Amino acid sequence: MPDPYNPMELMICCAARLLENGRTVAVGTGAPCAAAMLAQRTTAPDLVVFFESGGVGPLLPTMPISVGDSRTFYRGIMATSMADVMETCQRGMMDYTFLGGAQIDAFGNLNSTMIGKDYARPKVRLPGSGGANDLASFCWRILVVTNHDQRRFVEKLDFLTTPGYLTGPGAREGAGLPPGTGPYRVITDLAIMGYHEETKRMEVLSLHPGITMEQVQAHTGFAISPKEPLLTTAPPSEKELHILRDEVDPFRYIIGRA
Amino acid sequence: MTVPLYADPSANRAREFFRTKPRALVDKVASVKDAVTNLVSDGDYLAVGGFGADRLPSAICHEIVRQNKQNLTLAGHTATHDFQILAAGNLTGRGKLIARVDSAYIVGLEARGLSPHARRVMESGEVESTEWSNYSLAVRFKAAAMGLPFLPMRSMLGTDTLKRSPAKEIVCPFTGEKLLAVPACYPDVGVIHVHESDRYGNCRIRGTSVADIDLARASKKLIVTCERLIPSDEIRSDPTRTVVPFYCVDAVCEVPFGSYPGNMPYEYFSDEVHIRHWLEIEADEAKYKKFIDTYIHGVRDFAEYLQLCGGLPRLQELRQEEFLLNRGK
Repeated sequence: MPDPYNPMELMICCAARLLENGRTVAVGTGAPCAAAMLAQRTTAPDLVVFFESGGVGPLLPTMPISVGDSRTFYRGIMATSMADVMETCQRGMMDYTFLGGAQIDAFGNLNSTMIGKDYARPKVRLPGSGGANDLASFCWRILVVTNHDQRRFVEKLDFLTTPGYLTGPGAREGAGLPPGTGPYRVITDLAIMGYHEETKRMEVLSLHPGITMEQVQAHTGFAISPKEPLLTTAPPSEKELHILRDEVDPFRYIIGRA
Repeated sequence: MTVPLYADPSANRAREFFRTKPRALVDKVASVKDAVTNLVSDGDYLAVGGFGADRLPSAICHEIVRQNKQNLTLAGHTATHDFQILAAGNLTGRGKLIARVDSAYIVGLEARGLSPHARRVMESGEVESTEWSNYSLAVRFKAAAMGLPFLPMRSMLGTDTLKRSPAKEIVCPFTGEKLLAVPACYPDVGVIHVHESDRYGNCRIRGTSVADIDLARASKKLIVTCERLIPSDEIRSDPTRTVVPFYCVDAVCEVPFGSYPGNMPYEYFSDEVHIRHWLEIEADEAKYKKFIDTYIHGVRDFAEYLQLCGGLPRLQELRQEEFLLNRGK
């Protein structure tokens, strides 16, 4: 009988498995940071972690609370500027980034600016891009880790803060964004999604154990299809859970939220 | 849609200002109160250094609120707790402190959640805003630090963030590729918190510099707060460590624990208890006004605020937290 695990633990394991050894990743706090730490302790010991505030290659002793706090360069290889980190991305040296938002659409575009129709008087004012627009423009592969619900996975964003595939094939390049970049995976509590090679629309690659395609569609505000052959996500291994719980997040800041 | 530009990008007009900026190696040590009285004017464009609550010049932000400055334009660059402090000057019966904001990151305190009061302020419609990204605002400071009117870069393209920004698409004169031109931002006043400065304003920062090195050079006037004043001989003994030179600086204020309740790398960690308290109390407008009256308007200076927040015993705990001294206990 395998260990029981919660959805957040599974999401972090899925994210960690996508990070290849010897690559670079720009992360924020929370689940992405936990995923990078888990990857470093399992399959990707030489993964280099960057924080947009200027921290490079820290040996994270604990979860940072802020993307700019001193944990983000604890025993790191460099404490530099935001421009230096972003320009490393703009030069094409950042393989992955993790982003989130209040809304995501079928092309992986993200909204973190506002909910409502009137920009001058929004129903809910959200923080805005932060570094997300920059990272989504520059990094080769964009990953999103988020809970799966209809309010988040929407047909039309209230505000397009951060670029996914914009309006579809060729749109990023047409807008002037660096070619070959874009959304890569979306990891939720239900499934792992990718993007169709030609249409650039989100599609389901792998269902988490016990989840059906109907459930995924019911929680998604736009039409979504499976990519055949549809896979089943491997549950967290005993080793992954052990490292996640005992080394990465012993105080359960992130995994305790699920 | 024409989106307004809140800061004049003209490099020539900036040069005319910098031509008159004092270069003398003089003692610039001032109180926080005097620095804000003399250097921050109603209607100014203000840029605050650090990253959110990390290495934040909190004392200056408090003093700006305490002095009830009006109609400021704010560079909303990683503006978490700084925006939260300054928003205390809006919708609290004291006029309108923030009038406009170049927004890259405002209203939120990262994983800690959104500030209810900052939301009220932004959702009321009384603050005008334009949209940016953290890097594009950093590039705007960099353009100004370079003495240029703009710089090209490659994000924001194709998004509503660009539609709500006065940045412009341009074509590269060499490759014919589309680029984004972002206007230089020369703030009227910049404010940064550093680890060490001498009396003239030569500054040292430990850890990440975020955008402060460019922000310091871009600003027409610059207020520095520091954890410690150090002898100028110390600066001259290792000039490689100077990140901001004195001729950029107009006032130096020694404010120990000056980033509180934020983190100061290698000094003290953030006071998450106080930050959570501040966030929670904002939900109730009456309680929030009382909180602001007590913690900002009701104290003479930042040292009194620190005292209210637990004083030296609490600060010692935060020092120990920064160095992970009590892990596993």
